Amino acid sequence: MISEHTVKAFDEDITRLRGLITEMGGLAETALEGALDALIRGDEDLAERIVADDRKLDTLESEVDRLAVKIIALRAPMADDLREVIAALKIAGVVERIGDYSKNIAKRVGHIEGRTRFEPLTLLPAMGEVAAEMVHDVLTAYAARDPALALEVIASDKKVDAFYNSVFRNLVSHMVENPATISSAAQLLFVARNIERIGDHATNVAEMVYFAATGDYPLDDDS
Amino acid sequence: MSDPAMTETRQPTRTKAFEKRLKARYAQERRFKVFGLFAILISIAILFVLLGNMTINGIGGFQRAELQVPIDFAQSGLAGDQRSLSQPGAIQTLEMQGLPQIVQFAAEQHIGEAGAQQLSEQAWRDVAASITADPSLINRQETFWLPSSGDLAMGMDGEGSPEMQALASQLESAGVLEKRFDWGFLTRSDATDPQQVGVWGALKGSILTMIITLALAFPVGVLAALYLEEYAPRNRWTDIIEVSINNLAAVPSIIFGLLGLAVFLWIFPNLRSAPLIGGMTLALMTMPVIVISGRNAIKAVPPSIRDGALAIGASPVQVVFHHVLPLALPGILTGTIIGMARALGETAPLLLIGMRAFVATPPDGFTSPATVLPVQIFLWSDEIDRGFIERTSAAIIVLLLFLLVMNALAIYLRNKFEKSW
Amino acid sequence: MTVIHEMDDTADPKMRARDVSVFYGDKKAIDDVSIDIPTKYVTAFIGPSGCGKSTFLRTLNRMNDTIPSARVEGDIELDGENIYSSGMDVVQLRARVGMVFQKPNPFPKSIYDNIAYGPKIHGIAGSKNELDEVVERSLQRAGLWNEVKDRLGESGTALSGGQQQRLCIARAIAVDPEVILMDEPASALDPIATAKIEELIDELAGRYAIVIVTHSMQQAARVSQRTAFFHLGKMVEYGPTDQIFTNPLEERTKDYITGRYG
Repeated sequence: MISEHTVKAFDEDITRLRGLITEMGGLAETALEGALDALIRGDEDLAERIVADDRKLDTLESEVDRLAVKIIALRAPMADDLREVIAALKIAGVVERIGDYSKNIAKRVGHIEGRTRFEPLTLLPAMGEVAAEMVHDVLTAYAARDPALALEVIASDKKVDAFYNSVFRNLVSHMVENPATISSAAQLLFVARNIERIGDHATNVAEMVYFAATGDYPLDDDS
Repeated sequence: MSDPAMTETRQPTRTKAFEKRLKARYAQERRFKVFGLFAILISIAILFVLLGNMTINGIGGFQRAELQVPIDFAQSGLAGDQRSLSQPGAIQTLEMQGLPQIVQFAAEQHIGEAGAQQLSEQAWRDVAASITADPSLINRQETFWLPSSGDLAMGMDGEGSPEMQALASQLESAGVLEKRFDWGFLTRSDATDPQQVGVWGALKGSILTMIITLALAFPVGVLAALYLEEYAPRNRWTDIIEVSINNLAAVPSIIFGLLGLAVFLWIFPNLRSAPLIGGMTLALMTMPVIVISGRNAIKAVPPSIRDGALAIGASPVQVVFHHVLPLALPGILTGTIIGMARALGETAPLLLIGMRAFVATPPDGFTSPATVLPVQIFLWSDEIDRGFIERTSAAIIVLLLFLLVMNALAIYLRNKFEKSW
Repeated sequence: MTVIHEMDDTADPKMRARDVSVFYGDKKAIDDVSIDIPTKYVTAFIGPSGCGKSTFLRTLNRMNDTIPSARVEGDIELDGENIYSSGMDVVQLRARVGMVFQKPNPFPKSIYDNIAYGPKIHGIAGSKNELDEVVERSLQRAGLWNEVKDRLGESGTALSGGQQQRLCIARAIAVDPEVILMDEPASALDPIATAKIEELIDELAGRYAIVIVTHSMQQAARVSQRTAFFHLGKMVEYGPTDQIFTNPLEERTKDYITGRYG
C-alpha cells in the first residue's frame, strides 16, 4: 500500500482528485446504461433526463482541470504522483466524451420507429453491455490502481469491434431488404457507432490507468 | 488547503498581575543600568585619583632649583677655537683651564658668596657642555641658570635647616633663584645628587631590554601558537603542553628571576645586570602570554577561510601564512603588547638578576651594565635624601607615558591590520 | 543494493569511485559506494540530512583529510589515477578538482586578489598581464565581470551574497580545474541569486564535470543530467535525472522524492 505524504494536505488533494474522477465515472456509467435502457424500451422521458444530466459531467470535468493545475503548481508532484495527476487530467476528458456519446444515444431514442421489428436491436443491447462492462471495469481498475485489470479492458475492445462489424452488416442487409426502415436503421447505425467509440475511449482510459500505475504504456496491439 | 484556525476570544493582557510583573521587570532593568554606571564611575574616579596624585607629586620633579650666573667668557681668559672645542676631551681641557673656578667666581660676583657656595659642584659641567655645543660662546657672554645644591633646593621648598630657608627666600626675592623646567632630567642618568639625576639611563636600559624581550618572545611565541593550533595532533602530549603553558603564564615573575639567576648568569657570569640577561629573563615570562593570546586569535579565524584556501589547492604552510596569520595578527599584536607592557613594569625578576646597579652613564649596548625604569624608581624611592621624592614621582610619570606610547602603537597597528572576514 | 539505471555514456568517466567507505572514528558514514562521475555533465547528489552526500562529495577532493578522525577506504580515481595513492599530491589534486561551499567564503582580500591567488600559488600565471587576463576571464565565465570590473580593488566581502558565491565560483575556475564540486551552493541565497547560480551551472557544464550536492529536489531536477540518491550512507539509486524524477525504480527513492517518509 502506498504510504502517506508527509504533508497531509497533499494526500487530501490527491484523494479529492481521485474522488472527482470516480464520481465522473459513476455518472458516465449510469448515463450509458440508462441510454441503452431507454433505447430498448423506447422510454423518451428517461432519454430526456439522460440528456439533461450530461451537464453535470461537464461541470465535473472543469473542476478536475482546475484541481489538477493547482496540484501541479503548488505541490510540484514527482514520479507516481505526477503520473497520477496527468492521468486524472486525461481521464476526465475521456470520460466526459463517453458521457457525450451516451447523451447522443439517448437523443436518438425518439427517432427510432417500429423497434420491436428490428433484429439488430437484439444485438445492440449485448454490445452495449460489453461496452458498459468495459467502462465499469476500467473505473474499478482506476480505483484500485490495477494495471492487470486495465490490460483486460484493453483486450475487451476487440469484442466490441467485432460486435460493431456484425451489427453493421446486419443493419445494412436489413436496410437493403426493407428500404422503408432505412431512417430508423441509420439511427441504429449511429448508436452502434457511438457504442464502439465508447469502447475505444474506455480503452484510452485503461491505457492511462496502466501508465499511472507502472510508468510505461501498454504494448501496442494492432487491433 | 486548510483554513486558518478560528482565533479564540482574546484575554485582556493588562491584568493586575501582569502590571506588577511589568513594573518589576522595568525596575530590574533600571537597577542594572544604575549599577553599571556606578561601576564605571568608580573605576574612572580611581583612575583620576591615581593619575592626579602622580601628576601633582611628579610635576615638581621635572623642575629644579637653579641659580642665575652670567658669565663673560671674553674676559675670562679661556682659550679655544671651534676645532679644539669639538673634540672629545674638550671638557677635560676646559677643566684644566680652570672653568670650574671661572664659574664659581662669576657666581660669587653675581649672587654673593653664600649663594655661590650653594652652587652645585657639578654645575660647571653644564657650562662646559654648552661651550662644546656652541664654541662661539667663548667669545661672548651668556647668562646661565645652573643647578643649586640639594640643600638650597630643599630650603626653597620650606624644608631643611632654617639658614638654608632664609638664604633661599633671600635669593628668590633677588630674582636669582628659580624653579625652572629641567629638560636634563630626560637626558641625564643616575646620580647621588637629586638635582643631578636623570631618567635617560634607565629609560635606555628599559628600551634595550624590551628589544631583547620582543626579539626573543615574539617569534617563539607566535610560531609556537601556530604550531599548536594548526599542526599539532590532539593527543595527551599536546594537552600537557597546553596546561603547562597556561600555568607558566600564571607563575609569579620573581620565579623567572630565580631562573635567570640560576641559568643565564651561570652561562654568562660576567653579564650581570646587562639588558641581554634581563631581556632573556623577561622573554621567558612574556612568551606564554603571547602563545595564549596568539592561540585564541588563531582559533578565532573561521574554518571557512581555511577550507576555502585548501580547496583552491594551497598547501598547509600557505594556508597558515597567507590566510590565517594575517587575520590573526591583530589579536596576536594585542596580546604581544599586553605582555610587553607587563614586562616593562617588572621589577622583582630584574632585581634578582642584578639589574640594580648604580649606573651613572647610559648603557652602550646590550651587554653593558644597565638598569630599567621600574628598578630605578624602586631605588630612588629608597633614598634618604628628600630631594628624591619628587624625582621618583616624575620618573613614574615617564614610565606611564612610555606605557601610553606603547599602547597607542598597539592600537594603531591593530587597526591598521584589522580586516573583516 | 544500489540500483543503477542503464545509461549510454560512451565517454570514459572523469572520476570513478569503487567500494568507497568513510569512517569518522568508529562510525561508518559512507557504506560501499560505487559511482562513475561523467565528464561534461552535471551530476546531482540528493538525499535527506545526514545521508552522507556531503561527506562523499568531500572524498572526491580529499577535503576529509583535514578531519583527523576521518578514514577513507576504497578506490577513487581521477582520469584513471587513484587520488588516495601516496604518489598523488593533494595540492595538485585540489587544483584539478575545485570546490564551492554552501556559505560563500571569499578571502578577506580584494576581488582581484581573490581570483589571482590560486593562479599565483600554482604558478599558472606570473606577470601582471597574465594575472589580469586570468582574472578577467574567470569573472567573465562566472558572469560577474560586468558587475565588478570597475571595482576590482574592493574587498571581496563587500559584495552581496549571490555575488560572493559567483566570486567563489570564479575563484575555483581561475585555476583551470577539470571537476567542480559544489556543496549546496545556493542554499544560502535568495531565489534570484539562486537562479543566476543555476544558469551559471548550466553554462559551465559544457566545460567542466560538475558534481552538486543539494537538498532541493527541484534544483537537482533543474540543473543536473544525472542524479544519485543517498540514504543512510548508501547510494540507493543512480540514473538519468528525468528517469529518477518521473519513474524511479527504488521504493526508497520514490518515497523521498514524492515526500513520503516518516
